[in-house]
Amino acid sequence: MRIHQADWVLYFTDTYPDNPIRMKALCLRQLRKVYKNGFEALKGIDLEVQEGDFFALLGPNGAGKSTTIGIVSSLVNKTSGEVSVFGYDLDRQLGAVKRSIGLVPQEVNFSQFDSALEIVVHQAGYYGVRRKHALRRAEECLEALGLWDKRFQPSRQLSGGMKRRLMIARALAHAPRLLILDEPTAGVDIEIRRSMWEYLRRLNREGTTIILTTHYLEEAESLCRNIAIIDHGTIVEHSDMGSLLAKMDTQSFILELRRPVENLPSLSGYRLTPIDERTIAVDVPADLGIHGLFEILTLHGVEVVSLRNASNRLEQFFMKLVDAGRAERTS
Amino acid sequence: MPNLIALQTLLFKEIYRFLRIWPQTLLPSAVTTSLYFLIFGRLIGGRVGAMGGFDYMDYIVPGVILMSVITNAYSNVVSSFYSSKFQRNVEELLIAPVPGWMILTGYVGGGVVRGIAVGIVVMGISATFTDLHFEHPPMIVLVFALTATLFALAGFLNALFANSFDDISIIPNFVLTPLVYLGGVFYSIDLLPELWRRVSLGNPILYMINAFRYGFLGVSDVGIERALIIIVGFIVVLMLWALWLLKRGTGLKS
Repeated sequence: MRIHQADWVLYFTDTYPDNPIRMKALCLRQLRKVYKNGFEALKGIDLEVQEGDFFALLGPNGAGKSTTIGIVSSLVNKTSGEVSVFGYDLDRQLGAVKRSIGLVPQEVNFSQFDSALEIVVHQAGYYGVRRKHALRRAEECLEALGLWDKRFQPSRQLSGGMKRRLMIARALAHAPRLLILDEPTAGVDIEIRRSMWEYLRRLNREGTTIILTTHYLEEAESLCRNIAIIDHGTIVEHSDMGSLLAKMDTQSFILELRRPVENLPSLSGYRLTPIDERTIAVDVPADLGIHGLFEILTLHGVEVVSLRNASNRLEQFFMKLVDAGRAERTS
Repeated sequence: MPNLIALQTLLFKEIYRFLRIWPQTLLPSAVTTSLYFLIFGRLIGGRVGAMGGFDYMDYIVPGVILMSVITNAYSNVVSSFYSSKFQRNVEELLIAPVPGWMILTGYVGGGVVRGIAVGIVVMGISATFTDLHFEHPPMIVLVFALTATLFALAGFLNALFANSFDDISIIPNFVLTPLVYLGGVFYSIDLLPELWRRVSLGNPILYMINAFRYGFLGVSDVGIERALIIIVGFIVVLMLWALWLLKRGTGLKS
């Protein structure tokens, strides 16, 4: 019989009689990190993630995402600021904070000699789960992630996708209320990636709060309800996905044409750029919309066969923010 | 209430690790010490004559056993903990509610168990070469456990500071091995010129080997109380140092 995720959470957390329910899953206040070499990775960030959220933390390489995750999961010492997880303070209630979090790190970091089953069972043991329950929990997690058949195989013999899924199974060993995934689908083929998305959606539906960092912005757009973008140690955007995408004033599309066009017509408000003789890129302002574009193109005898997004909307917004930040720093 | 299941898990993992690879962890000491007993004990020892009032073979047995305990307790912890750092699976412990003292106890416990396991194997082998004497069995057990603990702690500290595999071989090869060989395993320091006898008294391993030999044969080049104080003193210092480093996250956290 499959045990519901929420029941496992209750089982593992009911040892805390003052366990707060329905609150901020994560709250960062003026979080700052300066490394020994003087590099200031976080410049006093504030961030809130509500319980039950599916939250994206995005940013270019070196922006401070992994430092933030490292501090929250106790792998990096903060310089100053406050961190609380489900109301538990990182400095004063470290044990409760740790029990609340499951971490899927960016790089594979389990013992290459241990089997998949050992890895999950040991991790549960570190959280105080008795071996009998740990074995049962490991079976649940490994089965859910399609690894039960490989449970006795040394982890080094698993494929890249299986290793990624094993890290998720390990992070879920103690049924955390908050699951943090640092680029969980990097290097994973599209089929496995989509099955992982489906599993994460199910976990979230069942009550697990999820924080995700990813370089696949399509992934963030598809999965997450709220988002923060971090760049050079500062939060540059923090809102819900819908509001963020609504801020987009221009979208870019690629149009495939039926016949080659030698001279592109000049269209007021739209910016057309030829890619090859039968393909053009077009920037469409939000206030004009795409319907008017087709009318004008038809008038000029240009017939469109197909249309696709130049890049996904979040990616366009993300690049715009990052480019703006870069321009500001260089000016 | 401490999370004792975590400690149990870590200890189980560490013990299972060295048992799983027993040809690398238990067998080499058995082979090496068999050769020591054969060459130094039987072939050369017969010509050496008595040492400290005992057959040479009987005299070297305690030192050879303790040498195996020292090297195995040390190498078990240094290799296991450094591998965990290198593969970054030590993060499994750092993110979990496992306090520093428990991480230390788990790894050191694994080293102590291996040290004692190898010690028992070597003792069994020595019994095939000579009749073992057990003058003070409680002293044998005490020095066995304390020495294994001390060198497991030293191995943990070495791994904590190590940044490469070179760093975990420098101390065993260039510090530990000379100290062990010059610590009176194969000779009594009374044979040395006065200067070198005094220098030898600065070698802490000398005290451990002599205390262990006292347990088997009832003879020692140094005072037993002083030997025990030195061993316990080193354990306390290394343990407090390791706990302080773990609290700071030295070698583990940025």
